[in-house]
Amino acid sequence: MQIEFNLNGQTVSAEVEPRTTLADCIRNNFGQTGTHLACEHGVCGACTVLVNGEAVRSCLLLAVQVQGDKVVTVEGLSGDELTPLQAAFRKHHALQCGFCTPGFITTAHALLSHEPDANEERIRDVLSGNLCRCSGYIPIVEAVLEARSSYRDSGSK
Amino acid sequence: MKVFNSYIGRPMERVEDLRLVRGRGTYVADVNRPNQLYAVILRSSTAHGIIKSIDSSEALALPGVHRVLTAKDLGSKVPVIPLRLQPLPQLETFHQPVLADKKVRYVGEPVAVVIAESAALAEDALEHIALEIEPLPAVATREQAEGKRSLVFEEHGSNVAITWKAFRGNVDEAFKTADYVRREKFRVQRHAAMFMEPRGFVAEWDEAAGKLTVWGAAKTPWHNRRTLAAQLGLPLEAVDLVEVDVGGGFGSRGEFYPEDYLIPAAARIVGRPVKWNEDRREHMMTANHAREMECDVEFACTRDGRFIGLRGQIWCDIGAYIRTNGSVGPRNIAQYMCGPYCMEHIDLKSSMLTTNKTPCGTYRGPGRYETDFVRERMIDLAAQDLKIDRLELRRRNLVADSQMPYPLPSITPYDSSTELDSGDYHAVFDRCLKEFGWEERSKLRGRLIDGYYHGLAIGSFIEGGAAGPKEEVRLVLETDGALSVYMGSSSVGQGLETIMAQIAADAMEMSYDKITIRHGSTSYVKDGYGAYHSRSTVMGGSAILVGAEKLKELIRKTAAERFGCKPEEVVIDGEQAGFGGNHLSFAGLSETPLEVEAEFFNKKYTWSYGTQAAHVAVDPGTGHVKVIDVTSVEDVGRMINPLTLHGQAIGSMVQGLGGAFLEHLVYDDEGQLLTGSFADYLLPSATDFPSVRSVTLELKPCPNNPLGAKGAGEGGLIPIGGLMANAVADALSHLNVQPMELPLSPPRIWQLVEKAEAARAKA
Repeated sequence: MQIEFNLNGQTVSAEVEPRTTLADCIRNNFGQTGTHLACEHGVCGACTVLVNGEAVRSCLLLAVQVQGDKVVTVEGLSGDELTPLQAAFRKHHALQCGFCTPGFITTAHALLSHEPDANEERIRDVLSGNLCRCSGYIPIVEAVLEARSSYRDSGSK
Repeated sequence: MKVFNSYIGRPMERVEDLRLVRGRGTYVADVNRPNQLYAVILRSSTAHGIIKSIDSSEALALPGVHRVLTAKDLGSKVPVIPLRLQPLPQLETFHQPVLADKKVRYVGEPVAVVIAESAALAEDALEHIALEIEPLPAVATREQAEGKRSLVFEEHGSNVAITWKAFRGNVDEAFKTADYVRREKFRVQRHAAMFMEPRGFVAEWDEAAGKLTVWGAAKTPWHNRRTLAAQLGLPLEAVDLVEVDVGGGFGSRGEFYPEDYLIPAAARIVGRPVKWNEDRREHMMTANHAREMECDVEFACTRDGRFIGLRGQIWCDIGAYIRTNGSVGPRNIAQYMCGPYCMEHIDLKSSMLTTNKTPCGTYRGPGRYETDFVRERMIDLAAQDLKIDRLELRRRNLVADSQMPYPLPSITPYDSSTELDSGDYHAVFDRCLKEFGWEERSKLRGRLIDGYYHGLAIGSFIEGGAAGPKEEVRLVLETDGALSVYMGSSSVGQGLETIMAQIAADAMEMSYDKITIRHGSTSYVKDGYGAYHSRSTVMGGSAILVGAEKLKELIRKTAAERFGCKPEEVVIDGEQAGFGGNHLSFAGLSETPLEVEAEFFNKKYTWSYGTQAAHVAVDPGTGHVKVIDVTSVEDVGRMINPLTLHGQAIGSMVQGLGGAFLEHLVYDDEGQLLTGSFADYLLPSATDFPSVRSVTLELKPCPNNPLGAKGAGEGGLIPIGGLMANAVADALSHLNVQPMELPLSPPRIWQLVEKAEAARAKA
């Protein structure tokens, strides 16, 4: 099937099988490999991307379902400079192997874009849908807490 | 400007993060080669059985399917996977063939490899392979293993592979005359490293050059190259293993698995690059499991609380085959059960049982997690029986600074003599009590607050590191004055590039951002050992120190030729070589790069150590345990990067909490894995354990390496199982609830409470 959607600001199109997941489409058709697959059954959150601003699991969504939508992956969040959220991840050592990190960044970005005043409990609750095996989560929560101010300053960015 | 000794000890932000937080890392699933095909593996769905027939004709007829490889395609003898550690000849019977030949021995065992134009087509084809297996009774429990109704290896005549024996002193005599002996049985459940990035490989065979390149190596690339080259009948130089970004290891990733052979072999057979990535279900059935252990142990003390020793029998379920490092856990449980305490009499036998379950290997703190659960539980039980305060009981028996170096018990059949190198165990113990606030929190012990009973526990541990024999580096001072450091160490996500650059910067008195660390690929140095046994910092870092001295010598020699002086007259300072008021910058010092190779040899393990304290609250109505606080204090001798080390400690502790409360690979009696997804196998999430603290000290530098560092990073989880069980017992002391088995899941705690209340009502 032919699909067309906006990926990280560019209009893209591809011929995909109906069974192709959005994750496979982003990775294989468009070479955006920052979106990672760790469970492929919607539990770990490593494949989280933003579809029209909402955090979704790209392993559970078919590519044909994003026809005409705006999809942003971790690659689409920053240019040469790290975003404040990414810089906070680095500062707090919120990643070790880094494999789950794109999913945490996109999830936290969606949360703070909607709720820049989210408290620790709310942050933990939202992040509990993403699995990290290295960090113990504590530094991730610290990083997201610190990044809140940048979302307040810039409105909904 | 002199930049001497300014990077080690600083919490440097990681260089790795610049790519990883932006999704610019390259993990093995991100590697693609032109014209590549995809492999998918047909795995046994029967735990134990005889392969009667495999018919691939229907699969081969499907469009896009190139080959289906079975055991008979691999030559007259199917290659088996040799052991990397403790390669005892008596274990050869249990080596795993890369494809099941006559028999299947666990659910998930590779039987055939499908090669197709896409992974989806290959997966479709799996369903068209007719595999007929005549089932045999499965061996899934210790009772079944000992019952001999069914043998995993008939030719061995028993399901006991071998038995390790840790020994010291005169146990029979000591136990006969002991004031106090307590005998108990304990169990630890099967769980696993469960790193986030599934395993994978891309292999490419260059027929013209006779050269094989494999992307996806981790942990031990040089060892795996030796194994693969031998299996394929290729010279070492014809095989190159390449490490890209690695999504976690924890002991499990990077060991030689069947796919380490199958994917390169497939690429050579089909003459095109072949890519394979496992999915999570496959991972759970195939990557090393760990920790499944039962024991029946006696602990002896004097009346005044001096530990005498331990004796007993341990059974370790190693699964269907012996994996590359499959003896490490069973050996460690026996050899390290005494932990950081003085015990003069040890007689512990640890039998490795073969069963029809996924084979086991090391997982962070192998054997230590299990054995610390047993020991620390025993100490608390003894404290209760002897009516001695459990803090005091531990203080009386911790190995004292003046007793260092303190040997650990001997072990057979593969000698692994080692001794605790240095440490002030008592100082760390008392520091932990202070950091934790033991006295203040003690007021809550046994109290019921908002439906939860509160309890405390403490436990001390040791963590071995720095396995030898050596590590290699190659230092190259580039013509632009930058330094490239090529290493035999590997990164599994622990921040190697940052830490090694800190060490190299100080050693060369160079600016940190002029240094690039290259690691883990077999073309970088002649021989490397890699990332296991908490060894990278000590072994790789020390090798850099050795290499830096050689490189400085070469710089002095090169500069001396240009200055017309003696090398020893050249002074190196601020990335310049100077003589008599003249200076030559490292950049442009030589027209060709200056290169040295160096090795660091080590026979002695480092032993970091620590104490942890925990505060939990238990809901007796549901069995739910809230972890209110866990505080760890550890002495690592010397810290290179406090930021990354702290991360290792916290991350390790949370993994340990997962093992204590959540994670369990459950099998039924037929050998079927019942927990094959993240919906069934529970990992800790962000809401589970928010209060974990760690303090790292540099009290006693290691005397056996020039850095003074001790391997660290596994330690955090080692005492957690025992600590949590003791804290739960403390909270429920009014009921005398005594958990003897992990995990401390809500149903288990609830059942213990019910049983205790029923017993009390009866009394």
